Amino acid sequence: MRVLMFGWEFPPHMSGGLGTACFGMTKAITDLGHDVIFVLPKVNGVKEKTHVKLVSAADIPVSTRTAESSDTDVALTSGLVDFGRLTIRPIHSVLSPYLTSFQYENLLQHSSTGIVDREQAAEYKWFLGNAGGYGPNLLAEVARYGDVAGAVATQYAFDIIHAHDWMTVFAGLIAKKASGKPLVLHIHALEFDRSGENINQDIYEIERSGMEGADRIIAVSNYTKQRIVSLYNIDPRRISVIHNAVSQVEARQIYHMPSKNGGRKVVLFLGRITFQKGPDYFIEAAAKVLKVLPDITFVMAGTGDMMPRMVERVAELGLGKNFHFTGFLRGADVEQMFAASDLYVMPSVSEPFGISPLEAMLYDVPVIISKQSGVTEILKHALKVDFWDVDEMANKIIAVLKYPVLFDDIVERSREEIKHIRWEAAAGKIVDVYRDLMH
Amino acid sequence: MPGICFYFQVHQPLRLRHYSYFDIDHVHAYGDMEQNRAILNKVSEKCYLPANRMMFDLIERHEGAFRIAYSLSGILLDQLETYRPDVLDSFRQLADTGCVEFLNETYYHSLAFIFSPEEFKKQVMLHKDRIKTLFGQTADTFRHTEFIYNNDLAAAAEDMGYKCILTEGADKILGWRSPDFVYQPQGCRHLKLLLRNYRLSDDIAFRFSNRQWPEYPLTVDKYAHWIHKAGEEGRIINLFMDYETFGEHQWQETGIFEFMKNLPDALLKQPGFQFQTPREIAADQSPVASLDVPQFISWADVERNLTAWLGNALQRDASRTLYDLEQSVVSCGDEQLLHIWRCLQTSDHLYYMCTKWFSDGDVHKYFNPYPSPYDAYINFMNIMDDFSRQLDKKRSNDPNHINTTKRSLSNDNKPAGLSI
Repeated sequence: MRVLMFGWEFPPHMSGGLGTACFGMTKAITDLGHDVIFVLPKVNGVKEKTHVKLVSAADIPVSTRTAESSDTDVALTSGLVDFGRLTIRPIHSVLSPYLTSFQYENLLQHSSTGIVDREQAAEYKWFLGNAGGYGPNLLAEVARYGDVAGAVATQYAFDIIHAHDWMTVFAGLIAKKASGKPLVLHIHALEFDRSGENINQDIYEIERSGMEGADRIIAVSNYTKQRIVSLYNIDPRRISVIHNAVSQVEARQIYHMPSKNGGRKVVLFLGRITFQKGPDYFIEAAAKVLKVLPDITFVMAGTGDMMPRMVERVAELGLGKNFHFTGFLRGADVEQMFAASDLYVMPSVSEPFGISPLEAMLYDVPVIISKQSGVTEILKHALKVDFWDVDEMANKIIAVLKYPVLFDDIVERSREEIKHIRWEAAAGKIVDVYRDLMH
Repeated sequence: MPGICFYFQVHQPLRLRHYSYFDIDHVHAYGDMEQNRAILNKVSEKCYLPANRMMFDLIERHEGAFRIAYSLSGILLDQLETYRPDVLDSFRQLADTGCVEFLNETYYHSLAFIFSPEEFKKQVMLHKDRIKTLFGQTADTFRHTEFIYNNDLAAAAEDMGYKCILTEGADKILGWRSPDFVYQPQGCRHLKLLLRNYRLSDDIAFRFSNRQWPEYPLTVDKYAHWIHKAGEEGRIINLFMDYETFGEHQWQETGIFEFMKNLPDALLKQPGFQFQTPREIAADQSPVASLDVPQFISWADVERNLTAWLGNALQRDASRTLYDLEQSVVSCGDEQLLHIWRCLQTSDHLYYMCTKWFSDGDVHKYFNPYPSPYDAYINFMNIMDDFSRQLDKKRSNDPNHINTTKRSLSNDNKPAGLSI
């Protein structure tokens, strides 16, 4: 079958789990012998430095009119995607999965406030300087993107439409209207996850209209399904739970450092430094751990609107000597960061799924995850804490660092566990949903 | 004259409190007494009291023809004495009927035999004395924690003067043979071995209320028929199970009490069948063969081995850490520390760390106060850390330290021995 997918990001320019998930499932769906037309927002023409060799646009046998997209080049040339079955269709837009209204407006004003990293700011500057006609605010841009992307539906033949999260809801609904084909809305995060109780009502309404207009909703966890039912009043029978997986690329193992205990042990937080990810709880736990184990290094990798406050808090607690901020990491840097870590902590306040612990496990790093995450539903060999229970988080961090038998046991069993969390299986379930809707 | 032997295991562990790394050096009371008391109260109301009353009535009604055996762990007796003396009284009342035999086991429901034969013997002696004091019986029969058993254990039991020992009628030790006879442990000359008929025992203990079971519902007549059939060939049918089967594992609503109330009549209806306690069987019957059990067996899980307690690295590390302290604890001569060390030996603490997640894992989860085996291990190891620090302070002979230790170990208003 042919799938029209409104997705996000391709390697190596991933800003979070949404891109990772889109990439993993798309590859697995094409591997199953289905065709995917992948539509994504893209700022064109920017040449960014990457760790992977780029090939010229002329070499890319894809039917896109804007083929200089470096993101897609990389995915295709690295052999990760069967490009015979994949059509990439970038749409001009500055949208990115985790953009907030505030950031968008800042971008429009060409201001670099430190919220977006320097590289990104330069990119947007270029973009805004060279193009025009973008929405005056984020919502307007999302609507505009929906119109343009949805219009793609008239250019291709396909059997099913698959959209990911609120920013692609308009595109999905428009494509459904134009084609009459069934729409699957895949929910990776809700406005309630991103913003807690202080939700943006407009975004909530977009999510709700997407859920009501879709023929089926895929939730990345039971946790998210329940929230969709209770917060959006959606019939649970219209929701299928399909847990995410992780791409198991053997090459990643070359980064593994067999003797991690050479220097100081490293405890890692890697994710957006935003309310949703609970970075503040990580810092409070670190302070408690350092009181009894002063020789540990804590690393906070990523960027986000809470970063300035977090830097301040670390200074306030006097943890600077043992606490590092790396800024936004990409590609090989992420892999090396995982490989150099002795423990990964995901203290998310509300995490619909959470792919990053699975990635950490690929590098033989034990993980502590918050009970308020979807991934907890499929992981047995992870330590679990309530995100707010800083004492218990510290207790478990110490336990992993202090009891080698515990560390070894978790790593050994995680290795087995992760083998069974594959995109092939998740993609199979997604295709089952497609089939269900087509008959 | 085929015998029917009912034996009930009665045990509740002393569950440990949530013990964080940050509690080390600050908190020295390890037991979660609130939880222990709550569970003990619940089990007393749902099982111990009504089941004891039922057994007492049955014994009275059958005028000596209904006879049963119990083994109560010392760690349970301690808790009953503190929180539920009424339950203890009802067991005493049963003892006074003369139709009830009380067995011996390790006081602390431990695996000491595997790690330290000396410690094992001490714990058995403690239990022997306690049973004698409470019930006026000197036990002739021994059962090990969780029916763990091998030739060496049998030899140790014979050395200690026991006449009878119980264990699981596991297929792997019996092969083609039947559990329904008295055997002699390999290498023993007097000790008799009684084997649990696990099919007939588990029909009551596990399957009684299982609606998926083809034999559901289990009626008294049907079950009596099975026993009578087994008695045509066998000479003794050993029905060994947790006492909590009545009212706790099988809720009252399942009809388990009604079933048990009517069972003795149905069983005795067939001439030749009689109830016997292990001691009586050992005196009455000669072994039909000797049974060689070189490897440890148990009654747990499908494997019937030690993996429920010592199957993974966490469990082995925890038990090694615990028993490595034996020399220090014993030589330090502090009764309180010795008691706490022994309370930590209760096999349940290791059982909670079991990572056999599938099939058997379900049973493990049901009895597990921890959300995961990792939590159980972390908690236990944190406590071990504090305990060994307390032990070191005590041994360092620093008078300040000794005072601190004494005060902190007894500063809660719990009865002596329960500041574990």
